[in-house]
Amino acid sequence: MTAVTTGTTARTASVGTGHTRVEGRDKVTGAARYAAEVPFADLAHGWLVLSTIARGRIRALDTDPVLAMPGVLAVLDHRNAPHLDTDYTGMLGKPDPTCAVFQHDRVPHLGWPVALVVAETSEQAREAAEALVVHYEQEPHDVEFTADHPDARPVDGHMPAVTEKGDLDARLASSAVVVDAEYTTPEEHHNPMEPHAATARWDDGRLEVIDSNQGVTWVAGELASLFSLDPASVRVRSEHVGGGFGSKGVRAHQVAAVMAATLLQRPVRVVLTRRQMFSLAGYRSPTAQRVRLGADADGRLRALEHRSVSRTSTVHEFVEPSAGVARVMYDADAHHTANHVVRLDVPTPTWMRAPGEAPGSFALEAALDELAEKCGIDPIELRLRNEPETGPVSGLPFAGRNLAACFREGARRFGWADRDSRPGVRREGRWLLGTGTAAASFPAGAAPSTATATAHPDGTFTVRISAADIGTGARTALALVAADALQVPPERVRVRIGDSDFGPAMIAGGSMGTRSWSWAVKTAAGELRERLALGADIPVEGLTVRADTTEALGALAPAERHSFGAQFAEVAVDVTTGEVRVRRMLGIFAAGRIVNPLTARNQFLGGMIWGISMALHEEAVRDRASGGPVGADLAGYHVATHADVPRIEADWIDDTDPDDPVGIKGIGEIGVVGAAAAVANAVWHATGVRHRSLPIRPDRVLSAAAGARDA
Amino acid sequence: MREFDYQRAHDVAGAVALLDADPDTRFLGGGTNLVDLMKTGVERPARLIDIRELPLDRIETTPEGGLRIGATVTNGDLAAHPEVRRRYPALAQAVLAGASGQLRNMATVGGNLLQRTRCGYFADVSRPCNKRVPGSGCPAVAGEHRNHAILGASDHCVAVHASDMAVALTAFDAVVHFETADGPGDLPLTDFYLPVGDTPHRETALPAGALITGITLPPAPVAAHSRYRKVRERASYAFAIGSLAAALDIRDGVVRDVRLAFGAVASRPWRAAAAERVLTGAPAGPETYAAAADAELAAARPLPHNGYKVDLIRNLVVAVLTELAEETPR
Amino acid sequence: MASSTSSVITLKINGEKHTLPVDHRTTLLDALRERLDLTGTKKGCDQGQCGACTVLLDGRRAVACLQLAVAAEGREITTIEGVADGERLHPVQQAFLDLDGFQCGYCTPGQICSAIGMIEEHAAGWPSAVTEDVRPEAGPPPLTADEIRERMSGNLCRCGAYVAIVEAVARAAETHPDEGHATLAEGTKETVA
Repeated sequence: MTAVTTGTTARTASVGTGHTRVEGRDKVTGAARYAAEVPFADLAHGWLVLSTIARGRIRALDTDPVLAMPGVLAVLDHRNAPHLDTDYTGMLGKPDPTCAVFQHDRVPHLGWPVALVVAETSEQAREAAEALVVHYEQEPHDVEFTADHPDARPVDGHMPAVTEKGDLDARLASSAVVVDAEYTTPEEHHNPMEPHAATARWDDGRLEVIDSNQGVTWVAGELASLFSLDPASVRVRSEHVGGGFGSKGVRAHQVAAVMAATLLQRPVRVVLTRRQMFSLAGYRSPTAQRVRLGADADGRLRALEHRSVSRTSTVHEFVEPSAGVARVMYDADAHHTANHVVRLDVPTPTWMRAPGEAPGSFALEAALDELAEKCGIDPIELRLRNEPETGPVSGLPFAGRNLAACFREGARRFGWADRDSRPGVRREGRWLLGTGTAAASFPAGAAPSTATATAHPDGTFTVRISAADIGTGARTALALVAADALQVPPERVRVRIGDSDFGPAMIAGGSMGTRSWSWAVKTAAGELRERLALGADIPVEGLTVRADTTEALGALAPAERHSFGAQFAEVAVDVTTGEVRVRRMLGIFAAGRIVNPLTARNQFLGGMIWGISMALHEEAVRDRASGGPVGADLAGYHVATHADVPRIEADWIDDTDPDDPVGIKGIGEIGVVGAAAAVANAVWHATGVRHRSLPIRPDRVLSAAAGARDA
Repeated sequence: MREFDYQRAHDVAGAVALLDADPDTRFLGGGTNLVDLMKTGVERPARLIDIRELPLDRIETTPEGGLRIGATVTNGDLAAHPEVRRRYPALAQAVLAGASGQLRNMATVGGNLLQRTRCGYFADVSRPCNKRVPGSGCPAVAGEHRNHAILGASDHCVAVHASDMAVALTAFDAVVHFETADGPGDLPLTDFYLPVGDTPHRETALPAGALITGITLPPAPVAAHSRYRKVRERASYAFAIGSLAAALDIRDGVVRDVRLAFGAVASRPWRAAAAERVLTGAPAGPETYAAAADAELAAARPLPHNGYKVDLIRNLVVAVLTELAEETPR
Repeated sequence: MASSTSSVITLKINGEKHTLPVDHRTTLLDALRERLDLTGTKKGCDQGQCGACTVLLDGRRAVACLQLAVAAEGREITTIEGVADGERLHPVQQAFLDLDGFQCGYCTPGQICSAIGMIEEHAAGWPSAVTEDVRPEAGPPPLTADEIRERMSGNLCRCGAYVAIVEAVARAAETHPDEGHATLAEGTKETVA
């Protein structure tokens, strides 16, 4: 084990040692309260009514009979809802108009919020919402996503849509070996276990929202902008969050709850149903990707093309940048990447754990495996031969690229050296066995954050930062970082998070949360310790130091900053039933300094399990006729459960980031990256059949077997 | 969910009398399917009669050597019962393959038989569905039907029955007992589910106002050597995409007795009578098993996206019968 | 205030009686969360498809979202708030805490209640879908990791804390008086490499 568990120069080194979660006891006893669980006197319940057509206009809503139903307090729709301002740029860009509910009569997708029914109890609200008759003027819709959709066009998003260097066609033509393959991934949904929920109320002239989100100052800022409120008059709290994965930002439910609380002048709670989440919580777009690789006989890449098409709604542009991963992973004389987007009558997709990298790495790393097969080179050796010196597109130096070390360590522990490269030759009873590998990378970054550290006269400390713990263990990690900066045991540090009154901070997203927050916390706590060391007095209310990392982050030199990893999987496939089971899995990561090995291992494993789930199970099905989802629930949308997950292991190599005060890079997303490709590559090794469309369902395995039989 | 009246029944006659009075009344057993359907708006009863306290929670050996299983026995208790596991292991396996431990502890035997299809269009009241709203149409035929029927379906409905338990019961010739205001009655499980035809909303032959009181499994020595295999899109806690209950008795290399039923291929558990006819008296072996499966599947009419089920069921028949044959005590 | 669509009921929860009027539509889950301020039981799907609302009814695990409150009258209801012995955590809770058997924590009360019920089911000799031979003559199956996984599959964890959850359940099961230590030995000691 090469985990970073060694001490540092600090007198008390908490970072790097395993600690159970500080809120763990509350979570195992049920005491931790999530967004829908904070009680309020006089609470009213809102229930959203969603459109049943995919495109058109609302002609009429029969609200009168609904208002006469027992307990019903109000019906909000586009005719009586307050005006919202959507012409602003928030922390993460222009708002998705999907959250600006009830502003017009247009319906841009099935499941669009058309009304909110508010009642005294949730049972009354639900029945009244279901009873509301809405008349539509229906228009023809297009929800069919295809790789060759005529409206697909390049879209930038958070990175340039297109990068091109070299003459691709010429290099492909002169390559000894060429891989040209198309890969698809389906519509995937975050499905955090806790449905989105918000309670809004006005308290002494301030709007307070108890919410489940990934960034309280982000959501508070958006609500202030939407409702044209002074940002100081909006407070958003989100103490415990039951998972997010990118879906928990500003959504229809918070906005509708604020509207209703304003209208009724009493607290209003709106909770999404699991079914509604399939329309209102965002999702990962399906992708259609084409990868073309040209290589010398020894596997050295001469040409690389990665093109991806994803889809968005007609009201907001979101790009799933799957081709971006190739800009980091592999170089070639001719190197072309492009992200295209097609607008359809569907809900707007959003960030979902490893956006771009998750589907992109499936295509690229599967294509690398195909190239290894064609060249007759071991897949790990192929990757090692193609390690770039600098960023393939940017030309910038890598601020640490320990991919090769991950592969070496992983190969040793997985027993890769004994692997017979031939496909379809290992059998155990009804199962064919195979192993596969893939590389992983995810950007390492930090964003400006503020934090305060307070010393109390009793020798304890309080750290306040508007961070979010969506299951990452952020609260605990920040306590360890603060304890080291203060040179005290972590038991003497209280960390308070999830309150927008604590000031601006990065969201829990982009694998940047813990790093961004730790930077601010370490700075504030470090300054506080210096002041105490100089003999500062601690008044009764405590001595507080505030830190803002904006300037420090601006001083970072440009570089290719990423975490890396090597994924290994062994699968068993029964080609007579189509069943695929993952037997074992190993991920070795170079992801910066690991703050809390106990929770970090859990998070890496969780990412790898997402990879299993993506490879074998997850797929939302959209009905062409209606434009809506079919089987929009957890029985229709399968995520991996206990029985799908064997004993899997995650570990890491020493990879401290020299440019980060704590050495952190970020671990939230890299566990997913490459995991699905490793599983798919293992399925090929087991069966000899390439599955280029996810998920690798039983019917696809059976159809492949039937195709081989009939051929 | 519509408001409803709730009453608890304490004896069978009382329960039947209560139901008879009101066509908008439903019996509430474990509620694992009914309460879900009430939440989605598929079921909108005006009254529920809670039958959990009826004295129908026993499993008893019949004088003939079979088992009589009460209607309110939970799936959990059914699968755990030593006589079920000893005499009809495929039934225990089928029940254990269904749902989750929590749901099995709630769901009753009677309710399991009456569970509705898991077709996504049926569950979504904003979509047409002939089973839910007769005459409204079936979007699955031209839409999403990867997990729909290949046998016995019609243009009006291609949904499949989701029960695992009922597949094993069908293989073992279970008889359903019921009570009505006019007295008791029996239905063999093979006649219990109606053909789809143009009336997919009429699912069972139970008379109006009937309460299922129990099931009898006749004695079947062959059932002691039986197996249930279920294939699904994740390893557990998912409905079948194809399943098989099989029992096999081989003597001197010849199939003496065999039971076969398929799950997730039709609107009802599919007793493979044609396959059984091919097998009975034939030499045991993969060729015979495959021929038997083909005989049954000759009637299959797959849709564009569920043809894989034909291969799946055929492969399951061969694999499971081969396993059972290999395990036959010599 | 009882009408034909509501009733005054008494629920026995964690040994304590609560009398309250309920709309018949109210599920046990909503009664716990919205009426009795027992919010430890979580609502993940409200359709019996995730297990987050698992409680113990008369000692057996069940999902509270599909259990009508009015129909739960007369039954012993145990929720996550009632499984600890005062300040001393239940062995399953302690193992989840020590081994980090959760991330966001939202599925956790359901996983813990499910594990408690599952360990009892196993101790009573119940087979599972992965039990090789379900016949009683074969004896009770050892509680291997695969047995735990199958038996716990009704509890989804989207964070993917399954590895630690299985370790925690195995550790807690060892403390059960009816569980032979030997039964746990083999299957739980798995390695990847």
